[in-house]
Amino acid sequence: MNAPLPTRTTALSSNGTELTGAEILWEVLVREGVEVVFGYPGGAIMPAYDAMARYPIHHVLTRHEQGASHMADGYARASGKVGVAVATSGPGATNLVTGIATAMLDSIPLVCITGQVPSFLIGSDAFQETDITGVTLPITKHNYLVTRPEELVPMLREAFYVATSGRPGPVVVDITKDAQQKSCVFEWDDTPIELPGYRPEHHALPADLAKAVEMIDAAERPVVLAGHGIVKAQATEELLAFVEKADVPVASTLLGLGGMPATHPRSLGMMGMHGESWVNEAIQQADLLIALGMRFDDRVTGNLKTYGQNAKKIHVELDPAEINKNVKVDLPIVGDVKEVLQQLLPSLEAKQRTPWVEHIDGLKGESAVRDIQAMPDEGRLYAAHVIHDLWRLTSGDALIVTDVGQHQMWEAQYYKHDHPRKLLTSGGLGTMGFALPAAIGARFAKPDDEIWVIAGDGGFQMTAPELTTLLQEGVKVNVAIINNGYLGMVRQWQEFFYGGRYVATPMVSPDFVKLAEAHGLKGLRVTERAGVEPAYREAQAHPGAVVIDFRVEQEDAVYPMVASGRDLNDMIRRPERKGAPHNPIFETGED
Amino acid sequence: MEKRTFVVHVEDKPGVLNRVASLFRRRAWNIDSLNVGTTHEPGVSRMTIVCHADSCMATRIEANLYKQVNVLRVDDITEHARVQRNLALIKVAAGPKERPHVLQILEAVGARAVDLGPDSLVAEITGPQDEIERLASVLEPFGILEMVQTGLVAMTRAAERPQLRKVRAA
Ligand SMILES: Cc1ncc(C[n+]2csc(CCOP(=O)(O)OP(=O)(O)O)c2C)c(N)n1
Ligand SMILES: [Mg+2]
Repeated sequence: MNAPLPTRTTALSSNGTELTGAEILWEVLVREGVEVVFGYPGGAIMPAYDAMARYPIHHVLTRHEQGASHMADGYARASGKVGVAVATSGPGATNLVTGIATAMLDSIPLVCITGQVPSFLIGSDAFQETDITGVTLPITKHNYLVTRPEELVPMLREAFYVATSGRPGPVVVDITKDAQQKSCVFEWDDTPIELPGYRPEHHALPADLAKAVEMIDAAERPVVLAGHGIVKAQATEELLAFVEKADVPVASTLLGLGGMPATHPRSLGMMGMHGESWVNEAIQQADLLIALGMRFDDRVTGNLKTYGQNAKKIHVELDPAEINKNVKVDLPIVGDVKEVLQQLLPSLEAKQRTPWVEHIDGLKGESAVRDIQAMPDEGRLYAAHVIHDLWRLTSGDALIVTDVGQHQMWEAQYYKHDHPRKLLTSGGLGTMGFALPAAIGARFAKPDDEIWVIAGDGGFQMTAPELTTLLQEGVKVNVAIINNGYLGMVRQWQEFFYGGRYVATPMVSPDFVKLAEAHGLKGLRVTERAGVEPAYREAQAHPGAVVIDFRVEQEDAVYPMVASGRDLNDMIRRPERKGAPHNPIFETGED
Repeated sequence: MEKRTFVVHVEDKPGVLNRVASLFRRRAWNIDSLNVGTTHEPGVSRMTIVCHADSCMATRIEANLYKQVNVLRVDDITEHARVQRNLALIKVAAGPKERPHVLQILEAVGARAVDLGPDSLVAEITGPQDEIERLASVLEPFGILEMVQTGLVAMTRAAERPQLRKVRAA
């Protein structure tokens, strides 16, 4: 039922042809390899839409422009290619903003095309005029205002180049209506782009590489901190070779999950605020932290004063502006993480660090070795079970798109990702409403993957109208709503830090089964563990999209938790609740 | 944190000043002074930015400036021997009676009057910030009607050559 994408055709017009700006836009996009765009029309972008029909580009009509930017983002994350969103001027453009900021913080390559009022009206507060290049200046890697059709070829080519090169990011190209309508002679230019002030590439200095090898060889308790950079640089193979030769355990950031196969014996799991206790302990006890393509976000460091205080630190990172931003490091190496790993590998001493590895295994305690399947659920439905079962029934190989909240953290803890680009989640911005549209975007990148959205009842409602986009496109994405009746993550903070006053977090939801049906899709409801597997099976077998409403434990909390600004190993652990049924899933050695 | 001076060459394109200023605002770095003007190379503008930063922050400022697509070259010339100037125009209330006294003061500090009116004059002074401030305080009793400064412009000394890559415009 997944719609086939149009096969890529090459350029339609030859150089020297007189074309409108609108036609040139699509000529360039086709040549840049764009096959699908996500958008929403309106007055200032109508010439572009009118011309689009003549080009081999599939347009997905979203239900809100935020959906368009998230879909383009999901497409980009799943494929590694540029995602393209299209919107009209004013409200259309401002509706893209949340998705642009989401892409910016997670370094996702997007090109967002916006219509703008005619150039002679700019600055006059014309109907639907918003200074979108001004608005998006701090949340884009770069942006362009195009007022003449002649500027389209160079500026659009630059936009694609800037979005994808170096540390990727979103680029906005704002095109006035008259630039779309006017004509000029089309001159395609495929010489390599040279921007005088733009240096996307960096290479490690040999002396620094030698120093790194020395530090790694000398370390007794090293830990690799694997970030999104591993996924983006496609460096999984190099990371594995490094880890196996130097015998170093690997902790992952949220966006790094899948960059290191989760079931590998040296994979520790996720670090940080909701990292498992042994991961954060290992980081705090390490004598060397080898940070690979990560940026020491406050959600992974906790208190900076005590973070990794026993460790020397090597920071391999493509963006020089990240060096010494949050954590002062002993050895910065600015370069592509894949290339740096390749350069380090031959000189590294092959080692067994058995005592350190055994020590960490000891820290794992009971929790890691117990089979979650054997845990009694006492008739309750726990989110962790729902997610674990999905992992099991999809052989750990589905493409999972999560929203933001407790369910996102449980997914990170209980769905073991063995492959990169199989977990799409808004890490840096933490954008609720991301999951459904991002999953629809991912569908166009991965027509054959099994795709599941895992969303909270709150976040799902932010972009739920995109269910109709699924229907209109005739594509299948399954949705698991972890319905706890609360804005769960905020409720958890209220429970821990605000005296249990649940202000504005209990949330009424529509009947999600009926909602699915109203959108022409299948809806299912599960209220106990026994219903989980049959529901998944039914969803997998159904040809169309299915929404499952999992009514989970309402006041469950994500453990362990490092409160904001606390030391990384100062973790809130699951308390023994009197009278509460024992739920040992969360129990760790120390509890 | 010490005062640091950055010389930033940028492409002369619309919005570039906005991008640089926005970068400082967004990162909560306070600019003490910023001057921008054209250079001998067509299409290239030069900024002198003075701000307070320690050496680690200075490296980050430099790296973040380089991330701007339109920034061509960044030199932190704080540690270099350099010439730096600020130009101020000061409109002083000075009628025929006070005028000789004011002119005397200007001459004594190497400033000059660039315009005379019936009961005021415009003084011009070029120099480091503290000299300008000293003159302003001496002129204060006469009554300062208006004052404007260019902000610091700086250049390394003649013997120093820019050590980074050559500036090229698009
Ligand atoms: C757009 C947006 N608004 C607000 C927040 C703050 N926030 C973070 S988690 C959360 C609760 C999410 O609730 P739900 O979607 O039901 O997921 P749960 O935590 O219950 O799993 C909120 C409100 C956010 N991250 N994004
Ligand atoms: Mg919820």
